[in-house]
Amino acid sequence: MSESSHRRVLEPNATLFAILTTVGVSIGGLVEIVPLFSAGSGPEPMADVHPVTPLELAGRDIYIREGCYNCHSQMIRPMRAETMRYGAWTRAGEYQWDHPFQLGSRRIGPDLQREGGKRPNTWHYDHMKDPRSITAGSIMPTYGWLFEQKVANDDIIASINAMITLGVPYDADPASWVPANVEAQQKAIVADLATTKREAAPDDEIVAMIAYLQRLGKDGSAAIAAKSTP
Amino acid sequence: MTETKPNYDDAIVKKFIFATVLWGAVGMLVGVIIALQLAWWPANLGLQWTSFGRLRPLHTNAVIFAFTGNALFAGIYYSMQRLMKTRLFNDTLSNLHFWGWQLIIVSAAVSLPLGLTEGKEYAELIWPIDIAIALVWVVFAINFFGTVAIRKVAHLYVSIWFYMSMVITITILHVTNSLTMPASLTKSYSIYPGITDALVQWWYGHNAVGFLLTTPILGLMYYFLPRASGKPVYSYRLSIIHFWALVFLYIWAGPHHLLYSALPDWAQTLGMVFSVMLIAPSWGGMLNGLLTLRGAWDRVRTDAMLKFFVVGITFYGMSTFEGPMMSIRAVNSLSHYTDWTIGHVHSGALGWVGMVTFGMLYYMTPRVWSRKLHSDGLATAHFWLATVGIVLYVVSMWVSGVTQGLMWRSITADGLLEYPNFVDTVTRLVPFYWIRLFGGLCYLTGVILMAYNFIKTASGPQVDAASLETAHV
Repeated sequence: MSESSHRRVLEPNATLFAILTTVGVSIGGLVEIVPLFSAGSGPEPMADVHPVTPLELAGRDIYIREGCYNCHSQMIRPMRAETMRYGAWTRAGEYQWDHPFQLGSRRIGPDLQREGGKRPNTWHYDHMKDPRSITAGSIMPTYGWLFEQKVANDDIIASINAMITLGVPYDADPASWVPANVEAQQKAIVADLATTKREAAPDDEIVAMIAYLQRLGKDGSAAIAAKSTP
Repeated sequence: MTETKPNYDDAIVKKFIFATVLWGAVGMLVGVIIALQLAWWPANLGLQWTSFGRLRPLHTNAVIFAFTGNALFAGIYYSMQRLMKTRLFNDTLSNLHFWGWQLIIVSAAVSLPLGLTEGKEYAELIWPIDIAIALVWVVFAINFFGTVAIRKVAHLYVSIWFYMSMVITITILHVTNSLTMPASLTKSYSIYPGITDALVQWWYGHNAVGFLLTTPILGLMYYFLPRASGKPVYSYRLSIIHFWALVFLYIWAGPHHLLYSALPDWAQTLGMVFSVMLIAPSWGGMLNGLLTLRGAWDRVRTDAMLKFFVVGITFYGMSTFEGPMMSIRAVNSLSHYTDWTIGHVHSGALGWVGMVTFGMLYYMTPRVWSRKLHSDGLATAHFWLATVGIVLYVVSMWVSGVTQGLMWRSITADGLLEYPNFVDTVTRLVPFYWIRLFGGLCYLTGVILMAYNFIKTASGPQVDAASLETAHV
């Protein structure tokens, strides 16, 4: 379009101008985002990656609430120095049940994608209470309130219901199975902490937080390891 | 160019100017606090409401939506009335827009420290606030297009094109990215799964930069720079080309935030290619701005307002060179996850958005209050504090980012990580965090000087509009 026709045709016509602008800004997003919803061009699903447990979901909510993603990524890039430091690089299917995503954009602290199972529960307990008791020079805040505040089953059930609506494959009627499921996992963690004389009530937030941190990347790691076994 | 004000609504402009300065100071103060927390962790205070992870979203939301948002509304409402020779469409809508937006800011300032968040960077606000944003934005859009409809000047000036692109695109971005499944009044989960959510989010995030922090600021530049300098825009043809190129190209660039991620490769490559192409229209805008000053450069020496514009536009050129460069995979492999990104964002935010906003505020404030600026000296002091602050901030983050990126990837002759303990790559950065903090303090001090200058201006003796024009043009 020439300069003069831009002036003559477009500039006096606000409606046409707005329509053209809308078209202009829509194309890129449509081309990039829409294919992600189709099987061929979108992320590859991973059959062995399952949704987190209800308690782990509560822990994930705490992770989000505390803004952990502001300092920690959950995305290992396919580079030698990264896989040496953190473990296998991340596959898209590992995130398939994540709402919202928590990839992060800045590593003020290390990546957490393969954190699950790396260290004992007690390590996380001590680290959340006082990061410097474990890592001298750490600049991470202390999270004392996780040892005082409680998770509530009603909140977890509401979250599971929302996830079911989003298509995450949890069993129906969460009110019937979530409390027992949560309790069992809480008890196991509390008992494990007790072996090193760390005290926690089952419904302390720290227990849910540890449950989530210990789950991070576990299914993906197992699936990747199974695939690459010679 | 006498600006007789037949019937312009400058009361709403005053309100938005006031909010801009107030929230700017607050948002930057929070920035200074979180900068201190990284240099000296006890500043987290051991309280959940003041921990870094909760305050950092407060900082980003405050400077993007409260400081920049209010500045855009002030500048757009001021300039569009004059460009269209008509009062704003509807005073009630204007006030609804203003008070609605401030209410959203206050609710953000309360909810984010409480840990109420959707957990998506730059889109943290919970769903009821998201709905409020959408509603207030619609009020703004009706007022905007209503004013366009009743305009008394047939041609839409270039500034209006840029404003329009913001009104339209932010609507699309905000609505699409905020779709979420509530679990309670304060908690919800993004409807998109995993890596798709990441792409939607960065499509939103990058284009919030594009259509909130770039195109409308360019629109303001096209109005205020010719006014402040008394020179017409350098090239009309260039403005047409770079406008349409920006509108079309910007939206593709989001995936550059996800390079080397699990996002399908074709999407990463598209993001990289379009990001590199973006340099052309971006520099088109920069050159059109700087060349507008041809023949007025002698005045830049003495006029603080023009200094702000010149440095702001220069930083636009620098960060729109740096951005495409960082979108190249090889560079991104070093820069990603480091402070280099933080430095890049701030050269755009403090340099481009902040400086052009200050220039615009120094232009508008004396005019809407019909008073002479209280002190040119304070304005000049503000300029130098801001400039020195930006340089300290950006350079320290460059060094910090490259340092950490190199340490992460450093491998010994034996094939082992040279710095296997992550914390060693953090403690090395602490000196730079102190420099960054000092830079941020300089910048904030400048804003406080500006606030004082404006308060004294508004309470000074009234002068007639004509004398302001001769004093400043």
